[in-house]
Amino acid sequence: MHIIESGNVAAANGVKLARVQVVAAYPITPQTPLTEKLSEFVDAGEMDAEYIPVESEHSALAVCIAAASTGARAFTATSANGLLYMNEQLHWAAGARLPIVMCVVNRGIGAPWTVWNDHQDAISQRDTGWIQLYCCDHQQIIDTVLKAFYLAETVSVPVMVCYDGYILSHTYMPFEIPEQADVDKFLPPFKPAYALQSGQPANLNTVTLPDVRPDVRGDMAPGYMEIRHNLHTDMRDAIEVLADIDQKFAGVFGRNGNPYIEEYRCDDADFVAICLGSLSYHLRDVVDILREEGLSVGVMGLRLYRPFPDQAVRAALSRRKGVVVFEKALSYGNQGALYADIKSALYCTAEKPAVHNYILGLGGREIKTDQLVECFRNSCRHPETIDDEPQWIGLKM
Amino acid sequence: MTEKTTILNLPEDELVHPGNRACAGCGLSIVYRIGLKALGRDTILVVPPSCLTVLQGLYPIAATQLPCLNVTFASTAAAATGVLGALRAQKNKDTIVAAWAGDGGTSDIGLQALSGACERGEDLIFICYDNEAYMNTGVQRSGTTPQGVITTTTPFSGKAQKKKDVPAIIAAHGIDYVATASASYPLDLYDKIVKAKTIKGPKYIHVHTPCPAGWGFDPRYTVKLGKLAVETGLFDLYEIQNGNFALTGASEKLLGKDRKPVTDYLKTQVRFKALSDEQIDNIQKETDAKWAIYNEEKNG
Repeated sequence: MHIIESGNVAAANGVKLARVQVVAAYPITPQTPLTEKLSEFVDAGEMDAEYIPVESEHSALAVCIAAASTGARAFTATSANGLLYMNEQLHWAAGARLPIVMCVVNRGIGAPWTVWNDHQDAISQRDTGWIQLYCCDHQQIIDTVLKAFYLAETVSVPVMVCYDGYILSHTYMPFEIPEQADVDKFLPPFKPAYALQSGQPANLNTVTLPDVRPDVRGDMAPGYMEIRHNLHTDMRDAIEVLADIDQKFAGVFGRNGNPYIEEYRCDDADFVAICLGSLSYHLRDVVDILREEGLSVGVMGLRLYRPFPDQAVRAALSRRKGVVVFEKALSYGNQGALYADIKSALYCTAEKPAVHNYILGLGGREIKTDQLVECFRNSCRHPETIDDEPQWIGLKM
Repeated sequence: MTEKTTILNLPEDELVHPGNRACAGCGLSIVYRIGLKALGRDTILVVPPSCLTVLQGLYPIAATQLPCLNVTFASTAAAATGVLGALRAQKNKDTIVAAWAGDGGTSDIGLQALSGACERGEDLIFICYDNEAYMNTGVQRSGTTPQGVITTTTPFSGKAQKKKDVPAIIAAHGIDYVATASASYPLDLYDKIVKAKTIKGPKYIHVHTPCPAGWGFDPRYTVKLGKLAVETGLFDLYEIQNGNFALTGASEKLLGKDRKPVTDYLKTQVRFKALSDEQIDNIQKETDAKWAIYNEEKNG
């Protein structure tokens, strides 16, 4: 069924179709319409799930952690400071290897307070052991929610589905809501690797010692480092798994794209802009304008940020003359986090393109097409002269 | 309370393995052993960091025969909510979910989640074992540390503030069952947990739990100290059922009778050594005033 609705409603429909069993959430703008919609689905009997209106985001993820540990498919959603309030629980969910899916409706973080969009919330949580997927439109939001459950449950790693606050969450766009029967064909019911069960003694997530230790039968059990190493290698494996899931999704729904990087007019481009989220669609206009001027440019939207698809990034970028990284987040005192990741991926290539970094749109600062055109044009014309410091767009100092 | 359990009909089934990692004389060992007997095998436990985490053993060895989910410090009652949510989704209405936290994990960092779960009416049993300080991290003051007590963060003059009345805070949520108990009256504790299992919605049981290492007494006196706390009228055993307060067991028997002087309790623990005679007098007066109200209510 095709409808015209908001990004938050697209996400809510994805969650419903995924037959989520436990939803826990705490209100925060701009996530709220998503969880309001889910509570409507549950209250109306359209969704057979427990909706638990918790007293904080920390508790929202606590509920999901415990529900997933007890074998239920669990979902939450948040934004900004709500995500930061979950920080301890994010690490816990990943360390406990629980396939929770969470929508992060991207928003800037205080202080000072801002309710508007940037990516500092999700980027600041990149090292928590969660997979991070980014969406550019409403169809991607609903599709990505479905793929996220499949991915999370295949590799036993939790997944964040990130999409831009307001720009996607509150705007209306046509998209297709898949048929439940097709979703059931694509996404099998959750079969937990282990679940708490009455009569089955277990002591989950208990205290570990620095070294490995034998169990009661004398068999050596993995220690903390082995457990953490497995999290890392399974996250690396998730890169391949995501491609397989994307293929399977295409088989059922007839829609897919490159699961790592969505390209626009990049085939012959000497200069490529790259970014996360809906900004890549905005940059398509910029690419069209600069192509009119005769510049050989394209734009890439990175769909998977963690695990970082470094091979795909290298393959896509290594032979370009220049790469321009536009970011709505910053590793304070250094550079844009994505910029640093891309340079790192390109370090081992023979022909290194010039790489530039622009910081923009923090706290919802308006991003104007003519500003993007000017910056991208400047990077194309003077690839070697721009220094390594991030350049700020739209700063009024 | 209906039929009272005695030592003769307490279940023989042991759900805690011997040789666990608790200290000698640990009051929690009694509370946990008896508590699990009362909860029974159809139970899932939720435990935040606390002495219980240590008692239950280090990975990959466990001292309990029940499934247990270890969770972050602030999230106990929320995590119990999550287990309940999953069980409801699986149409399991029988399994008991018991959250089991220390006084810091209940009265301080865990209070927000506990309040939320009580307000939502979650069908859980929350057991707080109150050893009156952060014992697992080395005896730091908590919200339930009594006034005047020496801890490692109130090292010389003792804690200036009063003990937080957590059962009263939880009772203010209007839940159907709040009770206090003591490690030194295990059968009373057993009966209260068994009763809690029959009641729908949130149940809160606050268990006074002597700690030899943290309180400064010989491990042989654990039971004696817990009894003295009750016999002096400092810690009272009661139930608040559907809003109705009633003293129970050993505390009920003290109504209209002379109680032991509080010095009997205070002078036998190193942690009270900073108390002046005047402070002890004040504690006696406050205790007498509290009991005057209890006696008045009984007579009135």
